[in-house]
Amino acid sequence: MGRVYKFGSGISTDAIMPGRYNVTTDFDSLRKGCFIEARPDFVATVQPGDIIVAGRNFGCGSSREHAPLSIKQNGIACVVAQGFARIFTRNATNIGLPIIRCAEVYDAVQEGDEMTVDIRTGVITSGGRTFAGEAPSGVALTIMEYGSLIEMIKARGWAALEEANVS
Amino acid sequence: MGTLAEEIFTQRLGREVHAGETVVADVDFAFAHDVTGPLAIKAFEQLDQPVWDPARIAFTFDHVMPANTVAAAELHRQIREFCAAQGVTNVLAEGICHQVLVEKGIAVPGGIVVGADSHSTTYGAMGCFATGLGSTDIGVTFATGRTWFRIPETVRVNVNGEPAPGVQAKDIALHVIRQVGAEGADYMAVEWGGETVSAMAMDERLTLCNLSVDFGGKAGMVEPDATTFAYTGGRGREVHVSNPRYIRTLEVDASAIRPQVAVHPAIDNVRDIDDVAGTPLDEVFIGSCTNGRLSDLALAAAMFEGREVSPRTRTVIVPSSRRVYLDTLERGYIETFARAGALVMNPGCGPCLGRQHGVLGPGENALSTSNRNYPGRMGSPEARIFLASPAVAAASALRGAITDPAEVN
Ligand code: SF4
Repeated sequence: MGRVYKFGSGISTDAIMPGRYNVTTDFDSLRKGCFIEARPDFVATVQPGDIIVAGRNFGCGSSREHAPLSIKQNGIACVVAQGFARIFTRNATNIGLPIIRCAEVYDAVQEGDEMTVDIRTGVITSGGRTFAGEAPSGVALTIMEYGSLIEMIKARGWAALEEANVS
Repeated sequence: MGTLAEEIFTQRLGREVHAGETVVADVDFAFAHDVTGPLAIKAFEQLDQPVWDPARIAFTFDHVMPANTVAAAELHRQIREFCAAQGVTNVLAEGICHQVLVEKGIAVPGGIVVGADSHSTTYGAMGCFATGLGSTDIGVTFATGRTWFRIPETVRVNVNGEPAPGVQAKDIALHVIRQVGAEGADYMAVEWGGETVSAMAMDERLTLCNLSVDFGGKAGMVEPDATTFAYTGGRGREVHVSNPRYIRTLEVDASAIRPQVAVHPAIDNVRDIDDVAGTPLDEVFIGSCTNGRLSDLALAAAMFEGREVSPRTRTVIVPSSRRVYLDTLERGYIETFARAGALVMNPGCGPCLGRQHGVLGPGENALSTSNRNYPGRMGSPEARIFLASPAVAAASALRGAITDPAEVN
């Protein structure tokens, strides 16, 4: 159970982690830079387990993995959006930040609402209502089962995907 | 049998593959730059194995070059140390990755290239499949020489007709983005073709493929032809589209396109120049991996010759690579820019990502030849960014306001 932080459509990686703040690989510095200009109160108020709800094309733009890392470092349990940009999808999956695509929930919830997300089934509940988000499948599911891309490669190498015959 | 993307993966895997399939494939080349590189190294080091092939890996210093903070200098130091330890000699501090690596010949027809930068789609102009990935993906490729791909569906863009004077590849791409929206090619490849693209030199094809990611494209590609093989000196494999099935086909009449401007705050908020002409500008930036090549700077120099830029506008010019810089110098353009009152910076990303060579203040307007106008991209989130071609940028620098290049000749 977490509280909802609500964002619009087209939230770019520049908004999540501006180019002036991602000159580091230090996870705690990245945590502090999350939404530093677009939403300056985010880092101060976010609690572990909170959930980001967004519109279409979340994480568009630059490939910087610093963006999903900074969200993960703030303890966000899941990002639920109407759509995710391609590279962000891969990056979040690779580092073990759960993301769920769901078209309906966006209009049904408000900032601060309580929400629960089952990141395996994609089922979202909030305010007594239930929404069917897309459960992870294919490569994303395989990586999720190992915890991260690095853990998957360490355990099985690419055979993990080749033998699973994922599509 | 298939689209260019399908044909390239079919060649690579030695069996016929189609859109929708997920495959693990060998890549020809992988790189990261001074922002994404250190995180890629961090991922790579967790695998505890050497790099797969030091000759097929590169690091570029371009986003913050030279380092302007101690933190940036520390990242550069980490990269140099890593490369020395792993025997990676492609440590390139001579301009933007996407220009320098094309000049170095890492992308050839039929090839597969991945980079820890979203605009890695640029290499598709060489008739290869090239896409951007994050740092962890690239770190894993540094170790294994491979990655996974979902073979994408393809949007075909047929461009025909002679563009009017002052209308460039940038305008054609912005026109397409205006039609399909910022997510128009999400998860798909974009194939650019038609008579107009066939007639384009490599500089302009690179611009089209560069901007393909800015409407979601996983790759932007041009089928290799005589122009491509002339550029690569015959290197690369023949690969051709054969009985392709496209998810969508767009027909573009280039002769009907006016100069286009993407207006803050989104790439798909595109207008004809006539709608925004006269907007005052605090900064004009000519450069970036989209439009910082020789032909772009030649055009700006021709317009600046014997004139001065508006004193109310900072005009920043950044050649995209050392080679472009030297060619520009040799032809006298640098002197033309300096005499016109423009600021010429060292090759690299320049102000594109708001980290070096000047940033925008709140309430300022900038016109840039780059590819992103998200709030905060070039400095203050309260600045407004307009994206346009080098012709529009040069005309606008002279007038200090957004200007149709046809008005300045
Ligand atoms: S010029 Fe801009 S878009 Fe291109 S690689 Fe550099 S920062 Fe990215």
